[in-house]
Amino acid sequence: MRRVLPTATFLTMLAALYLVFMVVPTEREMGIVQRIFYFHVASAWVAYLGFFLVAGASVVYLWTGSAGADRLALAAGEVGVLFCTLLLVTGPIWARPIWGVWWTWDPRLTMTVILWAIYASYLMLRAFGGPEEAVRRYAAVLGIVGVLDIPIIMVSVRLLRGIHPAVITQKEGGSGLVDPWMRTALLVSGVALVLLASWLMALRMRGERLAAEVAALRSEALTRRGEVA
Amino acid sequence: MIRSALAILGKDLQIEWRTRESLSSVIVLGILLVVVFTIAHDAPPDQAPALAPSVLWATFLFTGLLGIQRGFLLERENDCLSGLLAAPVDPGAIYTGKVLANVVLLAVMQAIVVPLIGLFLHVDVGPVLPALLLVLFLGNLGFAALATLFAAIAARTRAREVLLPLLLLPLLVPLLIGAVAATRAVLAGGLAGARDAVAVLVAFDVVFSVAGFLLFAYVIRD
Repeated sequence: MRRVLPTATFLTMLAALYLVFMVVPTEREMGIVQRIFYFHVASAWVAYLGFFLVAGASVVYLWTGSAGADRLALAAGEVGVLFCTLLLVTGPIWARPIWGVWWTWDPRLTMTVILWAIYASYLMLRAFGGPEEAVRRYAAVLGIVGVLDIPIIMVSVRLLRGIHPAVITQKEGGSGLVDPWMRTALLVSGVALVLLASWLMALRMRGERLAAEVAALRSEALTRRGEVA
Repeated sequence: MIRSALAILGKDLQIEWRTRESLSSVIVLGILLVVVFTIAHDAPPDQAPALAPSVLWATFLFTGLLGIQRGFLLERENDCLSGLLAAPVDPGAIYTGKVLANVVLLAVMQAIVVPLIGLFLHVDVGPVLPALLLVLFLGNLGFAALATLFAAIAARTRAREVLLPLLLLPLLVPLLIGAVAATRAVLAGGLAGARDAVAVLVAFDVVFSVAGFLLFAYVIRD
């Protein structure tokens, strides 16, 4: 399994890059920059996947106290923030030539930046809260509250700016997956990024498990030395 | 359950009334923030009323953060929280009592700050007062529901002063958006135009009151 995931990620990523840059036709109105869309949208999928995984693992952790669920929540939170960051980086690169601005407070953009802040603060809590068991519980509470906030944020951002700039309709109509290869490319990049995210999470969870084992061994060694002396 | 919640509400209000420490600092900070925001905007008199909703809620957000943080740091002194937990009281009752105490604290502060905003920004709040009070109450309840949960968390972690605003502000953004939109609609002509915004506030209040009530036990358990 440890070999399968990186290999599968590597191969699918190659296929996705080949499709996006060699096969898919250039979009008529937006031109070459539209090709960023395949990784942009796929990043959004993975980011949301990560955030929902945090909530699911947090519920399991509060319910059972399983250390594995806690490690999964941490890994999913980190991967979610990573791909949300990619989303916020690839978006403006596309927006600058198409909309003329790097950023606009469009509902979807606002929502993404709020979610980024919520899960960045989740990682802060885990990093600076302290190592105790209590902080894992606090993080789980935040992981659940964060996901409950998502639908409310979704509704509330629609209250922002009664008059939407025309850019949003351009985006809705203009992503235009007219060519069947475009859909294939999006699907393959989606699979590639999900595999990449799973691999990263597996690595992070293994790292956390080893760190916990080292800590346990160290405290055991220290008590034993105390007994001898 | 309701009786113990009310007992905790009474206890918190009594402590507050005896020292008036949080209340006075929160009120002074509220006045200060209104002054700072108004000066920073430096709007011409005819555009000043348009600023009122955002100044109002930005002020409440930051003063509320300070007041709620004080409330839990107080419980840490002399290990009062352990005493509270040792009492045969449901964690849900502790949560309810504390949320209500925070709602009262916010309301007292607003009773002073809202007229001041009306004065500084040339807004006549008199005619729309009932609708405005409803919006303020819904905003306070949602704020207190979430802030009480996270104040309990932040008070028991290492980087507590920084952590509370960091955790709370992004989660509160939908409440801020809803409250500002509702206040703007109310000031423009009553509750009719505020329906969507009030719906967001109600949804926020319901979801996080229930979530806070259920999750609080996991936060204060030792």
